[in-house]
Amino acid sequence: MRTEAVVIGAGHSGLAMSSRLTDRSIDHVVLERGGVANSWRTERWPSMRLLTPNWQTRLPGAAYNGPDPGGYQRAAEVAELLAGYAARIGAPVRAGTRVTALRNSGSGYEVLTDQGAWDARSVVIATGACNRPALPDAAMNVPPAVGSLTPLTYSGPDHLPDGGVLVVGGSATGVQLADEIHRSGRPVTLAVGEQVRLPRVYRDRDIFWWLESAGVLGQRYDEVADIARARHLPSPQLVGTPERRTLDLNALRTIGIRIVGRLGRITDGIAQFSGGLANLCALADLKMNRALDAFDAWARDSGTDENLPRPHRFEPTRVDAQPVLTLNMARSQIRTIVWATGYRPDYSWLDIPVTGRNGQIRHDGGVVTAAPGLYLLGMPLLRRRASTYIHGAGPDTSELSDHLSGYLACP
Amino acid sequence: MTVTDTPIDNGVNVAALLDARTALTEQPAAAQFKWRAASTWERGTHSHAVVEGFSGLGGEQTHRRAFTFDLDHPEVFASEDNGATPVEYVLVALAGCLSAVVASVAQMREIQLRSVTAVVEGDMDILGILGGDPEVRNGFQDIRVHFDIDADASPTDIEALVAQSQKRSAVYDIVTNPTNVTVRVN
Repeated sequence: MRTEAVVIGAGHSGLAMSSRLTDRSIDHVVLERGGVANSWRTERWPSMRLLTPNWQTRLPGAAYNGPDPGGYQRAAEVAELLAGYAARIGAPVRAGTRVTALRNSGSGYEVLTDQGAWDARSVVIATGACNRPALPDAAMNVPPAVGSLTPLTYSGPDHLPDGGVLVVGGSATGVQLADEIHRSGRPVTLAVGEQVRLPRVYRDRDIFWWLESAGVLGQRYDEVADIARARHLPSPQLVGTPERRTLDLNALRTIGIRIVGRLGRITDGIAQFSGGLANLCALADLKMNRALDAFDAWARDSGTDENLPRPHRFEPTRVDAQPVLTLNMARSQIRTIVWATGYRPDYSWLDIPVTGRNGQIRHDGGVVTAAPGLYLLGMPLLRRRASTYIHGAGPDTSELSDHLSGYLACP
Repeated sequence: MTVTDTPIDNGVNVAALLDARTALTEQPAAAQFKWRAASTWERGTHSHAVVEGFSGLGGEQTHRRAFTFDLDHPEVFASEDNGATPVEYVLVALAGCLSAVVASVAQMREIQLRSVTAVVEGDMDILGILGGDPEVRNGFQDIRVHFDIDADASPTDIEALVAQSQKRSAVYDIVTNPTNVTVRVN
C-alpha cells in the first residue's frame, strides 16, 4: 500500500498532525496499535487527570466549550475527547495495526505492520514519550516479599496489599500516587530526587495560566539555554483536582508521608537514600521563587497587576533535620514499591539509525535531520515548552506539517 | 570605575569548560576518567599516600608533580599524629570540591567572588569503629558545611550558587550516595 505520509500513533499528537495534513490535502494514514487514544484508555491509572486545565486542552480546530473551563479532565475523558476529535476531522486511522518495523526504502520509507506494509515518502513518529517505565538499577534488587509496580501497571490503591509502600520519584506521578496511596491507609515513604515545585494556584490564577500568559510555555527549543537538561526535567509536582489543591512535599508531609532522598540502591532488603535531600528541596524552592518573580514582573509590565491579588511567597519545603538514609523493608513492613521514575519511548521497531547514545531520536525541533522526510512529535520540549502538553501539538504540527509539505513538494 | 567595567575573573576558564563539555558529549569515551591513589602503611595507624597519575581524555595523564599525604590519628587515639585522619581528608575533599564548583558556577553566572571560606564539621560516634555498639555506623552521622562568601551578588544569588555547587560536586555526590566498592587482595 502506498501513501504520501504515514503517521504512527493516534494520540493527540498524531491526530493533530492528521488534521494538518488533511488541511494541506496530503494523502496519509494514521496507524494505531489499539484504538484512538490507546494509551489514554489503557495505560493510565484510574484517578489520573491532566495537569492542564480544560480551557487549555485545545487541538487544531477544537477548543473546550464545556461547563468547567477551570477543571482537569480524567484520562478516560481525554480518550473520549480524542475519539470525538478523530471522528470530527475524519482522521484516516487504521486501528488495530501494530507497526513492526520502519525502514528506509528506495523512494522513502517502508512501514511494516501486522496488517501489511506501507510505502511513504514521509513518516511522522507520534508514539509518545511514555511507552516503557524507566527503572533504576535498584529495581533489580527488590526483595521477593516486596511487590513492584510502575505507573503502567498500578491500578489504584485498592489493588495494593495492606502494609507500607515506598514510592520512588517526586514528579507529578510520584506525588499523586504517594498521596492517594497514603490516604488509603497504607503508610507511604516517598523518595525524591530532582524535583519541580509549583503551586496549583498563584494569585488566584491556575499556574498554567501564568505559564502560558507569561510566555514560558511558548519558549522555543532553540531559545532554551540548556536544552538537554530542560528536556530531562521531571514533570512538576502538580495534581488536577476539583478543589485545585497544591500537592507539594509540604502537603504530603502534612498528611504524614515520610519524605526521603533519592533512592540509591537496595542491598539485602535495605534501601539506601541520598543524603542530599535538603539541597534538592532548596533548589526546587529557589527555582519556584524565580518563576514566581518572573510572573510578577510580567504582571507588572503587562498591566495585569491591578486585577490580581498581591504577590506572595510559599513556605519553604520543610525537610527533617536528619532524613532517613536507610530503610529495612521487612522491618518497616514495606510490601510494595511503586516506581514513578519516568518513562522511555519504545523504538524497538525503528530500523533507521537515528537514535543517540541515550536511545532517544536525534532531532532538530521534531525534524529528524539525518533521515529526510522523518518527523517526531509529542516529546518533552520538542519545539517549545508546551510540546509536553496536549495544546502543544497545535503549534508543533502547524510548523512540522509546513516542513513536511515542503519536503514532499521537492521531487 | 564601576564593577561592570571589570571583567569577572574568579580564575576559572569557563570557555575551556564549556568547550570540553561540547567535545566530550560528542566523544563520550574521552570523558571516562580513572582517578588513583596509592597508599603505603608506615607504622601503627600511619600511612603515606601518593597521587600522581590518572587517566582520561583517551590516555594516561599526570599531575605536574606527585602529591603526597600523611594519614594518621591523633594522640588521643594513642597514635603518633603524623597526619590528618582519613575522615578529615573526606572533609577536606568535600570543602575543596564544593568551593571549586562555587567558583566555576560563579564565573558562569558572572558573579565576582572576593572570598569564599568553608568550614566543614562531621559528627561521628566512634563506638562504631571501635565495635562497641553494633547499631552505630562507622561513618559520619551528619556533616555540616558552613560557607562564608563575599561576592558581588544578592543573598538569593549566593544561596543559589551554593545550592548549584552541591548539585555539580563529585565529592558531595560520593558522600551522599552509595557507591559500589570492591576490595581485592593479592
